[in-house]
Amino acid sequence: MNEKMKKEPLVHIIKRADIPQWKSWVIRIGAGVIGLLLCAGFSCIFSKDFGGFFAELFNGAFGTERRIWMLFQNIAILLGIAIALTPAFKMHFWNIGAEGQTLVGCLAGAACVFYWGGEIPEGALLVLMLVCSMIASVIWAVIPAIFKALFNTNETLFTLMMNYVAAALVSLCISIWVTSGSGVLGILNFGHLPKIMNQQYFLNIIIVVLITLFMFFYLRYSKHGYEISVVGESTNTAKYIGIYVKKVIIRTMIVSGLFCGIMGWILVAGTNFTVYADIVGGRGFTAILVSWLAHFNPFGMILTAFLVVFMQQGAAQVNTVYQLGPSAFENIIVGIFLLCIIACEFFINYQVKFRVKNKNATPEKKEKKTTESAEREEKA
Amino acid sequence: MKKPVAIELKNITKTFGEVVANKNVNLTVYRGEILSVLGENGCGKTTLMNMISGIYFPDEGEIFVNGEPVMIRSPKDAFAYKIGMIHQHFKLVDVFTAADNIILGEKMPVYSVTEETKKIKEKMEKELADVSDEKKKKIQAKYLAKIGALPFIKLGKAFKFGHLTKNRAKVLQQIADQYGFEIDLSKKIYDMSVSEKQTVEIIKVLYRGADILILDEPTAVLTPQEIKKLFDVLRKMRESGKSIIIITHKLNEVMEISDRVAVLRKGEHIATVETKKTNEKELTEMMVGKKIDLNIERPEPVDPKPRLEIKNLTIMNKEGGKAVDDVSFVINGGEILGIAGISGNGQKELLEGIAGLQKTESGDIIFHNPKKNKPVTFFHKTLKQIKEMAKQGFFHYPDGKKVDLTGMKKKEIEKLVNEEQILFYEDEIIDLKHKTPLEIRELGIKLSFVPEDRLNMGLVGNMSIVDNMLLKSYRKGKSIFVNRKKPKILADEIIDELEVVTPSDMTPVRKLSGGNVQKVLVGREISSSPKVLMAAYPVRGLDINSSYLIYNLLNQQKQKNVAVIFVGEDLDVLMALCDRILVICSGRVSGIVEGKKAKKEELGLLMTKTEE
Amino acid sequence: MFLTFLHNAINFSTVFLFGSTGETLTEKSGHLNLGIPGTMCVGALGGVVGEYLYIKSLSDVSEMTYGGAVIVPIIFALLFAGFMGLLYSIMTVTLRCNQNVTGLTITTFGVGLANFIGSSIDNSYFSVASNKFFNKGFVSGTDLNWFETLFLSYGTLVYLAIALAIIAAVVLKKTRVGLSLRAVGENPATADATGINVIAYKYAFTIIGSAIAGLGGLFYIMGYVGGSWQYAIDAFGWLAVALVIFSVWKPDLGIIGAIVFGALYIVPNYINVGTKSYIKEIINMLPFLVTILVLIVTSLINKRETQPPASLGLSYFREER
Repeated sequence: MNEKMKKEPLVHIIKRADIPQWKSWVIRIGAGVIGLLLCAGFSCIFSKDFGGFFAELFNGAFGTERRIWMLFQNIAILLGIAIALTPAFKMHFWNIGAEGQTLVGCLAGAACVFYWGGEIPEGALLVLMLVCSMIASVIWAVIPAIFKALFNTNETLFTLMMNYVAAALVSLCISIWVTSGSGVLGILNFGHLPKIMNQQYFLNIIIVVLITLFMFFYLRYSKHGYEISVVGESTNTAKYIGIYVKKVIIRTMIVSGLFCGIMGWILVAGTNFTVYADIVGGRGFTAILVSWLAHFNPFGMILTAFLVVFMQQGAAQVNTVYQLGPSAFENIIVGIFLLCIIACEFFINYQVKFRVKNKNATPEKKEKKTTESAEREEKA
Repeated sequence: MKKPVAIELKNITKTFGEVVANKNVNLTVYRGEILSVLGENGCGKTTLMNMISGIYFPDEGEIFVNGEPVMIRSPKDAFAYKIGMIHQHFKLVDVFTAADNIILGEKMPVYSVTEETKKIKEKMEKELADVSDEKKKKIQAKYLAKIGALPFIKLGKAFKFGHLTKNRAKVLQQIADQYGFEIDLSKKIYDMSVSEKQTVEIIKVLYRGADILILDEPTAVLTPQEIKKLFDVLRKMRESGKSIIIITHKLNEVMEISDRVAVLRKGEHIATVETKKTNEKELTEMMVGKKIDLNIERPEPVDPKPRLEIKNLTIMNKEGGKAVDDVSFVINGGEILGIAGISGNGQKELLEGIAGLQKTESGDIIFHNPKKNKPVTFFHKTLKQIKEMAKQGFFHYPDGKKVDLTGMKKKEIEKLVNEEQILFYEDEIIDLKHKTPLEIRELGIKLSFVPEDRLNMGLVGNMSIVDNMLLKSYRKGKSIFVNRKKPKILADEIIDELEVVTPSDMTPVRKLSGGNVQKVLVGREISSSPKVLMAAYPVRGLDINSSYLIYNLLNQQKQKNVAVIFVGEDLDVLMALCDRILVICSGRVSGIVEGKKAKKEELGLLMTKTEE
Repeated sequence: MFLTFLHNAINFSTVFLFGSTGETLTEKSGHLNLGIPGTMCVGALGGVVGEYLYIKSLSDVSEMTYGGAVIVPIIFALLFAGFMGLLYSIMTVTLRCNQNVTGLTITTFGVGLANFIGSSIDNSYFSVASNKFFNKGFVSGTDLNWFETLFLSYGTLVYLAIALAIIAAVVLKKTRVGLSLRAVGENPATADATGINVIAYKYAFTIIGSAIAGLGGLFYIMGYVGGSWQYAIDAFGWLAVALVIFSVWKPDLGIIGAIVFGALYIVPNYINVGTKSYIKEIINMLPFLVTILVLIVTSLINKRETQPPASLGLSYFREER
């Protein structure tokens, strides 16, 4: 019988039922370390300084007081958008339109300043900006949701397209407002969030901290949050207990929109004091990664947002110090690092078993080794 | 005259963990015959067929095809041995035509350029043998051109331009005509009826040259006319020498179409008999076996009054046929009504229809809420509803006088309700049809449902026990926050009383073993003090102790005057536990028997009875 | 005047057409590759690297031949972009990572890599290659009649794009390979059961798709802009993704759609808006608005044939028996 036995496949992949927490963290940290090494290696090709890479990385993030403020400000923005996305993702509604939703929020806020700046008191203006931002973002977020609920239109593609409509809309408005034809709106003199302790970004950071806490409590302790969990885990169970899934989708996207609106408001009133098509700068997309990598846990996102911004600022510093070239360098570094972290999720979810020559020996699953070899392969 | 053996199974055993699915099964199938494999749920017939078709691999025993021992480790291996299985759930691509689905994945013969080059070279040598020099060049050029064209021919063949060339279409039509299938091969699958889809699956298998066909409950979804057509086709296939194995539970069909019948029971092969020489009674006896005494308590129902009246209920299934067909029955409070039947005959749809999870086509679901002389509360009736109902004469005072709330102030009415002065005159009678689960709950009707799918419907696998307790009750209270205190108390009670083995009440339920999962689910459903409790296969896959625990729980509910519906597959359990047993077959009620007096053969016959 | 407009629209449509043909093939295998914008950039990078290396290998610029100036960059573009496709495939097919997340990261990485290296490559003489070889059609010069302008005066890559789109359409509709590919994208479990190697198809067509898309980037740099590096190639990538939807996953319709998108892109250059520059912005919005409309209409009509491949975005995992 044995001669006829076909060969077992070389590599067996089994879905893991469970994994102890510490193990999954070991895998993640391992992937992060490998990512850093690869980044250092890449930078070393041009800078000829391997060790210096790490030093400058930290320098870029923590080197000066200004940099530290920038670090926390950037983390705050990224985190805020990621938080806004989270309820939708938890429900398996793949909203990749945060870029556009935040952008129209910015636009609405800027529009308020443009039309009423100086004519109404600053405080009222700020409140008006916030309300308009939230409304604009909600509209942008809820349209794809309605179509998904009614006609099962693919939400990934719909929200993606809405991003570019939003960008064009911003350019459109600017071209109407700026009669000089320069295409640049310039700093607006009104609608600035107040400084705290003479730091412009302090308030932004506080707001985002509040948002994070709110989202944590909303998802974990509120009835809405409970429904979102159930719908996300099992639509069958949701129907069994009478949850009207379509209503929940729309309601959740309204929540998403509200928070994107707040972030848009922060960008205009608390950071840039103007609006331009690229003001969100791709952070709407990066936020998707931040949220996903943290497994949709608001506190986990603080960590993932920190990692991304840390790498971004650090890489910028490395670039400046070694004069490696265009700012595209940062994207490469962040890209390599993130690819490693994303790839390691596989090893957390699945178990890799190798073929054994002797049927009696139990196959040893060498997880760390496969992580390294797989990533070395892909980076080759 | 002995017919050649197509496939033979010797001492086949298959175990899944603790469960022995097949034990020492011997089976022989001859060429040119139709064999029915008959048995109840869980008798191992599907597992056995899955081993022949390569989905499972036997733990012990051997399979012989045409006398040779074979190893079937995958469906592709089965193809190689000319075995084809047509499953109950079709594997077709909806947007493709029938023809596309049939030829999908077909292994095209390999066109070897080196082989062809050799052949051409040989031809060239021959021609060049005795020819003048000038002619040689011409001939060489001609053959070189041919060789040069080979890669392109290979490319073309590899891509098979026009895969539905006349040849292919002809071949497929030939097969269809040979066996008498009526099918439009250019029709898209999503446009097809179930019977047409099944035809596509059969032709798919025949196209790959299958000589041994296995059909899993093929007539489950067909109309009588379609069944007749299918049988005509099967007979033609038999005449052309093919072997056909049909898994079925419908005795009349077994008698009509098969040459021999193999009966399986609890994983073992009981006997194979010639259809001509047996009858339905004998087959049923073999199928269900002798009655086993289970020692389950059966307290007498106390004062049974109608709780739920199902009247002419019809529910459609996904494919457009009737899953539940004009079903009528009454269940009383304080009794356990068992529903017996081969699974897939409408039990799931029936229970889901009553619970409000499935749309019903026609018929009524009348619920008698035992409210007579009970006070109405604001818990499930609003002030407006109470006023309306008072107008219609639903209420009376404790002294018997009719309640008339016209002209009363809001505060006065509220006082009366809170002091329990407004009582129901009669039981409330409500028609549940077309109501969602939420609406049913809001009407104050306590209907609990333990579904067949525990972790994907009744519970959320990734959530803790506490959070699963919340599933039905999270909406309570005006706060926007979820109240986890009461559910936690409930969870701890259930863990304690039902002896649920778990590290804590925060453990995700998917980590619990099957029996414990079910205890959590049943515990929760019982905790809401339902008036009707429906349970679908509640002891499936459970160990003995957990099963008996569930039986006790059901009996306790019965004694609290709850109407209990128990859908089960084990006839012995049903006969021991239930007061009455309703047998369902093909979506229809084939009979209702008293539990005490029921005979196993009688039930078996009812389970397999179909109307002509 | 209209003739020139049409000519230029068709010329520019090439950028989108490569992208959408490539992404259509990838999506037909069930994978939504949001890394296409980055891949197109990397394709451009490859082309630029290839051209640079070729020119460096010449002792004199006048020795430039068609083969070197055009074919070499094409091959490099295919290889570089194909590599990005390989990277995406490994992550989403073998490692079963979330496709959206992986795609976006690859775009970030690809854009960065391309801009970083591409902008610092010495592009002297690129314009020579561009004018003399890339844009040389069957006929050239200023004195052409309408037929020649419309059909014969394009550079190699334009014809290549259309040819690839037609080939892709034919393969999908009429060949067994195309049938198997469509099955993989609709219902991988069924395809697997009939013996099709699902993994191989996903890898192959994602890599091929990425390679083809990369040619779009190459064309933009070498064919349209004349050789100087551009930073905004990824914007076309998103339009290419939109075009896939707009052409309801049919590469032959993509040809027409690409021309429409190309026309919309260059229209602002032709109309005199005076002070009303916002009109240009509205035109910029149109391709995306129109695509959204197509999305809505197709989900309304719900005709099976115009829906995205049923398993688009889902990872395939064959359960252990």
